[in-house]
Amino acid sequence: MTDAPLWEVFIRPRNGLSHVHCGSVHAADEVMAIQAARDVYTRRGEGNSIWVVPSDAITASDPALKEQNFEPAMSKIYRHPSFYEIPEDVGHM
Amino acid sequence: MYAQGLIGADAATTEDAAFLERFQARIDAEEKIEPNDPMPAGYRKTLIRQIGQHAHSEIVGMLPEGNWITRAPSLRRKAALLAKVQDEGGHGLYLYAAAETLGVTRDQMTEELLSGKAKYSSIFNYPTPTWADIGAIGWLVDGAAIMNQIPLCRCSYGPYARAMIRVCKEESFHQRQGYEIMMTLARGAPAQKDMAQDALNRWWWPSLVMFGPPDSDSVHGDQSMAWKIKRFTNDELRRKFINATVPQAEFIDLTVPDPDLRWNDDTQSYEHGPIDWDEFWRVVKGHGQMNRDRIAARRKAWEDGAWVRDAAVAHGEKRRTRHTAALAAE
Repeated sequence: MTDAPLWEVFIRPRNGLSHVHCGSVHAADEVMAIQAARDVYTRRGEGNSIWVVPSDAITASDPALKEQNFEPAMSKIYRHPSFYEIPEDVGHM
Repeated sequence: MYAQGLIGADAATTEDAAFLERFQARIDAEEKIEPNDPMPAGYRKTLIRQIGQHAHSEIVGMLPEGNWITRAPSLRRKAALLAKVQDEGGHGLYLYAAAETLGVTRDQMTEELLSGKAKYSSIFNYPTPTWADIGAIGWLVDGAAIMNQIPLCRCSYGPYARAMIRVCKEESFHQRQGYEIMMTLARGAPAQKDMAQDALNRWWWPSLVMFGPPDSDSVHGDQSMAWKIKRFTNDELRRKFINATVPQAEFIDLTVPDPDLRWNDDTQSYEHGPIDWDEFWRVVKGHGQMNRDRIAARRKAWEDGAWVRDAAVAHGEKRRTRHTAALAAE
């Protein structure tokens, strides 16, 4: 007994929004993966478009390198508008 | 709760104190734990077991209600019941997918269910002889499930919490459709009202034990609470459920079958009579009325579906081979 391949499912809630990851399904091929995803994840109008991607095709960043990858951005608060002090008299900017 | 306070769980873990301390600090800071994060073996094991039991409960839970789809009293009721049973199947799949992120395979989980090694909620080992049982299941069993699952939406393990959010959104229709069935029967002919009361009599106590053993006997509750897998104790959830449900029974003029039930003005809460925990353990250990039927039905479904799974895999392979050949010919 072997599992059918795993697929990651992405759904676009409506036009104008991105496809968002919502879960995964097992299916023998991409056509059946789309059918399974439709049955499992869109029973209540959750979206109008589905992507399925073989799970093993996803390359993920290494969780052990989380600090190295993402910590530098946390300390650069000058990248955010709230870092700069503008007198209220100037109005909305 | 569909995991019933983790039947037979063992949260033993062997990591060093510094590792456990760092992990606990993340939990205490309400950080979510995601699949690739370091976690204690006991945390992983507890979750695999809990999510697995929960998933199996959803799948086995399709059986008692599926029994009534072809005999629902109207097209409206039939469509609703069909949608509800389909939801249970979906919930099982969300949960299996969440468990798989912890390194267990779907096949392992399926095998454990079919061999009787894995547990599922004791509630599904009771029979559904009348239509009113479908009302009682939606109202009481799904009501109890919601009471347990809402705090699970804040569980520390991200994939489980996200699955629970989806499940809870869908589950509230289940409870409402059940209560509507009970209300219709309770306001119908005397025979219909009797049928509703009979269903309440049979489902009340099994629903209360869905929350698992009392806190005084619950061995693994403390560790699950500390890891924020659980947010409330079994007894707390049971009390909440009783407090919410008793007025609903009164509203439709049905009587909760507990002569000792009384309102405590000091605690602003109901107090219930003694629960038969021997019965609970009997059912959990496989001696309920329907245990054998449920597993036999799951085995039959699995075996009868084998050719479909094989055909799907063969079809998928054939398409891939053709696709590769077509690419090579270009």
